[in-house]
Amino acid sequence: MREEIITSGRLNPHIDPHLEIWHWQIPLYLFLGGLAAGILFFAALYTIMGKEDKYPGAVRRAPIIVPFLLVLGLFALFLDLKHKLFFWQLYTIIKFESPMSWGAWTLMAITPLSMVWAALHIREFFPKWDWKYDILKDIEKEVQKYKVHIAWVMIVLAVILGIYTGILLSAFNARPLWNTSILGPLFLASGLSAGAAAIILFAKSEKERRLFTKIDILLIVIELFLITHLFMGFMASTSVQIDAANLFLGGQYTAPFWIFVVILGLIVPAGLKIMELRHMKIPVIIPVVLVLFGGIMFRFIIVYAGQMSRWLY
Amino acid sequence: MRYAMAIDTKKCVGCSDCVVACQTENNVPIGYCRDWIVEVTDGTYPQLEIELRSERCNHCDNSPCVRCCPTGASHYEKGGIVTVTHNKCIGCGACIASCPYDARYSHPEGYVDKCTFCFHRIEKGLKPACVAVCPTKCMYFGDLEDPNSEVSLVLKKRKHKTLIPEAGTKPQVYYLI
Repeated sequence: MREEIITSGRLNPHIDPHLEIWHWQIPLYLFLGGLAAGILFFAALYTIMGKEDKYPGAVRRAPIIVPFLLVLGLFALFLDLKHKLFFWQLYTIIKFESPMSWGAWTLMAITPLSMVWAALHIREFFPKWDWKYDILKDIEKEVQKYKVHIAWVMIVLAVILGIYTGILLSAFNARPLWNTSILGPLFLASGLSAGAAAIILFAKSEKERRLFTKIDILLIVIELFLITHLFMGFMASTSVQIDAANLFLGGQYTAPFWIFVVILGLIVPAGLKIMELRHMKIPVIIPVVLVLFGGIMFRFIIVYAGQMSRWLY
Repeated sequence: MRYAMAIDTKKCVGCSDCVVACQTENNVPIGYCRDWIVEVTDGTYPQLEIELRSERCNHCDNSPCVRCCPTGASHYEKGGIVTVTHNKCIGCGACIASCPYDARYSHPEGYVDKCTFCFHRIEKGLKPACVAVCPTKCMYFGDLEDPNSEVSLVLKKRKHKTLIPEAGTKPQVYYLI
């Protein structure tokens, strides 16, 4: 039998025997960022369409959690940095060829914007809210006038944020599992699906709940379609990408990926949602939690498995 | 100017002198390395072939690490040398993830560290530490754009290869085979 044995005298911790540079902070952030992008996307979309009063859960209520999601995500990102005191260097330059650079700038813009949006709708949760100072009241009145304009900016930034969480990984040609442009739309679809699921929890009317249940089913179908394409692309590609796909087709990530992401995170909640639409009594919280759980598992598995996939030479 | 290195796999004995010289010259923390030895055994017994390589950052012409760096800390120096400005590096790990050769590591102080082709030495007209100490003189260093440099001459004469050129990075460390 022809054999090739490679012995390396190298031992850099976190790289050998395989890369281990990103831990829980990155997938957690990718999930929170995607979820925030999903919620803001639908809030902006229905504001632009003028259906704010029809779907108050999406426009006014759910976005209240977005600033918390983003701040938590940013904090996770900060924890991941190993040269923390220099984090401000991110904001001394805009580098278009580095997804991490324009992602950092997108976050810089969308986080305060999400806070403004949440502040505009704070009375939804605290009806007696008073801004106390006249100047704040004036600002609120002024900003209210431009809500649709803000929504336009927000929808663009939300799409960039949702796609960027995937592009961030697909820019790394050194990790064959990540190096596919399908990861961008797949992460966007997954983020939008998580956003729709979260909105269901905040929906006030049955009509709104049903709309977002339908949207979520559609997004789950799109995700399944993109995952199929992901593997088709890998299997038809070079040997390193076939090896990457094999991590999920018999390799060590097979069970967690197919059980937690595909079955429990996509197929089961889609089935429950279809039953719900047919007026069967299903507690709303179950499919919602499954979708969110699937989203977070998906990111953990892709981030960890990607660091195992590599070029051999 | 385009600095490059050529390493003779036929002459290398895998003694690791280059590794120790680099660690000493560049104060590399214990347990880490900027260059390393790889031994590849290939074939069917008893027809086996061994290739020994001293590997390091390939100072690629199309460096994914420079492209991915969000702050510009990873950049090209004179002669295409890829280096990291320590006080611009935030330690995000993007460059480490982007390198198909895994040539970078996270320094215990937080920034990312890697081979610099001993920029501080070549500025003074010296050879990189690894090249200078090699007991079998299997490494050649110089300017590829100068047709009479050591490295240009040896590459003209000998068959050579680069590591995973299919990764598209245009590596600039050549292995004589």
